[in-house]
Amino acid sequence: MELLVTLLIGVPFAIAAVLAIVKNDWLRGKIVYLGGLLIAILAVVTAAMWYTGKETVTFNLPGTEALSWIVLAGDFFLMFLVIWLSIKHHKTIICVLSIVQTLMVAWVELMGPDVSESAHMRIDWLAFMMILIIGVIGVLIGIYAVGYMRGYHVHHKEFQDRRNFFFAIIFVFYGAMFGLVTSMNILWLDFFWETTSVCSFLLIGYTKTEEAVDNSFRALWMNLLGGLGIAIAIVYAAVTYHTVNLYDIVANGVAVAGGADKAALIPIAMLAFAALTKSAQMPFSQWLLGAMVAPTPSSALLHSATMVKAGVYMLLRIAIAMNGNFVGQMVYIIGGFTFFVTSLMAIAQNDAKKVLAYSTISNLGLITACAGVGMEETIWAAVFLIIFHAVSKSMLFQCVGAIENTTGSRDIEDMQGLVLRYPKLGLILMIGIAGMFLAPFGMLVSKWAALRAFVDAPSTFLVVCIVFGSATTMFYWTKWLAKILGVGIGGREDITQNNEYGSMFLHAAMIILLCLSFPLVSNFFVEPLVTDMFGYAVSVIDAGSVMIMVIMVLGVFIVPLVSYLLTRNVPEKEVLAYMGGANAGDNIHFIDAFGEEKDLKVSNWYLRFTFGARKLFMPSVIFTTVIIVLFISLIVGGALR
Amino acid sequence: MMNWEIRVLMTVLFVVLAPFLGGLLDGIDRVITARMQGRKGPGILQPFYDLFKLMNKQLLAVNRIQILMLLSYLVFVILTGMLFFGGFDLLLCFFSLSTAAMFVILASTSTHSPYNSIGSERELMQMMAYEPAVLLTAVGFYLSTGTFKVYEIFNTSVPAIVKAPGFFIGFIFILTIKFRKSPFDISTSHHAHQEIVKGVTTEMAGLDYAMYNLAEWYENIFLYGVVGLFFACSNPWSMLWAFIAIVCVAFLMTLIDNVSARVRWELMLKLTWAITLLSAGVNLLILEFVR
Repeated sequence: MELLVTLLIGVPFAIAAVLAIVKNDWLRGKIVYLGGLLIAILAVVTAAMWYTGKETVTFNLPGTEALSWIVLAGDFFLMFLVIWLSIKHHKTIICVLSIVQTLMVAWVELMGPDVSESAHMRIDWLAFMMILIIGVIGVLIGIYAVGYMRGYHVHHKEFQDRRNFFFAIIFVFYGAMFGLVTSMNILWLDFFWETTSVCSFLLIGYTKTEEAVDNSFRALWMNLLGGLGIAIAIVYAAVTYHTVNLYDIVANGVAVAGGADKAALIPIAMLAFAALTKSAQMPFSQWLLGAMVAPTPSSALLHSATMVKAGVYMLLRIAIAMNGNFVGQMVYIIGGFTFFVTSLMAIAQNDAKKVLAYSTISNLGLITACAGVGMEETIWAAVFLIIFHAVSKSMLFQCVGAIENTTGSRDIEDMQGLVLRYPKLGLILMIGIAGMFLAPFGMLVSKWAALRAFVDAPSTFLVVCIVFGSATTMFYWTKWLAKILGVGIGGREDITQNNEYGSMFLHAAMIILLCLSFPLVSNFFVEPLVTDMFGYAVSVIDAGSVMIMVIMVLGVFIVPLVSYLLTRNVPEKEVLAYMGGANAGDNIHFIDAFGEEKDLKVSNWYLRFTFGARKLFMPSVIFTTVIIVLFISLIVGGALR
Repeated sequence: MMNWEIRVLMTVLFVVLAPFLGGLLDGIDRVITARMQGRKGPGILQPFYDLFKLMNKQLLAVNRIQILMLLSYLVFVILTGMLFFGGFDLLLCFFSLSTAAMFVILASTSTHSPYNSIGSERELMQMMAYEPAVLLTAVGFYLSTGTFKVYEIFNTSVPAIVKAPGFFIGFIFILTIKFRKSPFDISTSHHAHQEIVKGVTTEMAGLDYAMYNLAEWYENIFLYGVVGLFFACSNPWSMLWAFIAIVCVAFLMTLIDNVSARVRWELMLKLTWAITLLSAGVNLLILEFVR
């Protein structure tokens, strides 16, 4: 296991180093395929090896002493990188955040109080899941990126071709994520955390346009602010409890409920704060929305398998220490509110990637809320949400990217009749959208479980958030789905490459398989995970209802199919749509008041003035900032009293 | 008291009888409406004559997909009712109902017709308006009876209405949207004075429209079933109360339909969400608090 995990973290970094210097496109493609395959195999083998034992294992990597020095050097390397880039782009103030936290961490490592010895690495159910998600979904995105980036630089000649850099960063991302989810030592975890922050910053700034640079620095400072939270948690834990073990910190936090010193909640609150920035919850949502300027594969990577999942991973880690205290309340209020308000804002977006971005933040909000409640049922729901969201969102981003490359637009209004124009892309998009909100697909089952858990919690606030949020979520997905199922009008040739389709179809297969094997996933993975965390398991949705859901999954596919077969031979007369007599011979033109023929375009409602981000964003940021400040004051104040 | 034989029987009865009851209710509604307006009105069986006539008409179709979507709508509505009268999970019923409602939207937008298009957007807005109240209704049943299962709710000793009157008010309020009654018949109306022709149903003719009507009847019976469930409990006499409640609600719907004018969607959304929060939300807060 030690060797496997060393390889799992080390190999991506090594491949990244190779990719950074390879300029040949063909060779790069091969390296990405083989490297991706190797990483996926390593991830699956590690997961499988662990699954044979199913026991939480803690261990040290070979040469831990030396690795600790490398980690420290890495911290300083990241710091100097941030200093250099922020001075170069005249945003010097940002590097202060980086310097402060790096020095804090270095102080603990070099001159800090003696900390109790413990293993550095740990794999349990949660790490097992994350390794699989990163290894499978993450790698598929990398493979998709090979084809996508070729097309991207054909379309966008104005941007410098820095693909060697792009792919190198993607592989660094894999390595950092593997490290993050297996680290037990919080100093190491912090290093990997910072690595993902800087990587996402570099990916967002890929095109070097002014907008990209601005957005990348916004992502950087928000995530560094979160990193500062971790640094404070580290210093506090090291000084007060003489530990740098994440699980000791969590255990101390849990003990508060039993009457222990309330100060143990401070590091938990700081870690929760860091996680909120990373998973782009309000008021830190802006960085993820700005990340849209980067090429699509990096969006897919940030939104599904990596980055934002690191945030919710952290929240699930500390979830048991958040149950029923101020930290948990802070987290679930932020999460529930974010879920509702970002789903409202998604209604006003007609840019497909923006809709996906808002939807990501919204779903992460739900996961955050589940983690904040920190009960068996909500953790169950949160884990399912993470799995389904990772697969669906990765596929949706890839699909929108492919549509944009093919049609030259990612405006939802331009996707009229996509299913008829580009059947393959349309089908994938349809499965993705259905998977995100429709009964009986995965996301909805998880929402169902979350609703029940919130009722039991009991939390009126979250119940209200989830029922209203579900309604708004339904609005923006349904209108998109309706758009692509309509009458199709012409279209260019589909230029999506085979590796892109390969990745997307694998995702689609995974979604359908996950939906059908839902009870199995629950039995063999999620329930043991919950048992491991809480000592006992709950069945959130009873077997009978689950079976009906599975039947309904089939129903959604079979009913329209049977309907088609039944109605295929019904005699009918083709007629024109009713246009009050202004028809022009078909359904896509009409005669205007001057007697001229005009294109008929039907458009969805976006209601920018009612639900637009311009109207809702600032008030939401203010509200959530107040909540965070208030609760952190309460937690710190409660500890000092 | 309610074992699986009865559950199967209820499911079968729903599938067989719901169209007749639904049509009959529609007929009564038309008669009462006519009386309120000082007209004689059609016979009570008129909806059935209409349905048969529609079925025998030539099918005029703008897009072949539409009939497929409408059949899917019908199937999912029937499934919803079967789950309900079979005594399964109430949330599951409502999710199934949402899926059915989505097929109406897809049927409508598949035509690329301008009136349908605006109708579908309004229909979406209606869904967004009523969905929170619908989900909260399920929560209300859970909090007052301790279960989401319809047959277990049916077997409790105290009817849900005692603890969940707020949820009941919220649900009744959104019924006006679900039944497409004034003042909220904005996406399509049963009356012939809609400014967007027939909204989502503009392009439905013949068999298409017949299936749509049939599905609506099934849906109405399911919704009245939920109304009745608020009053039902293990005491056989509660069935009488449930019946009286359904009759009263049906009459109330007709009355509201006739005394109110159609509103804009903004007002509908604000009103519905406000009522949902104020009645169901406050009821929720209280029940969570006393638990």
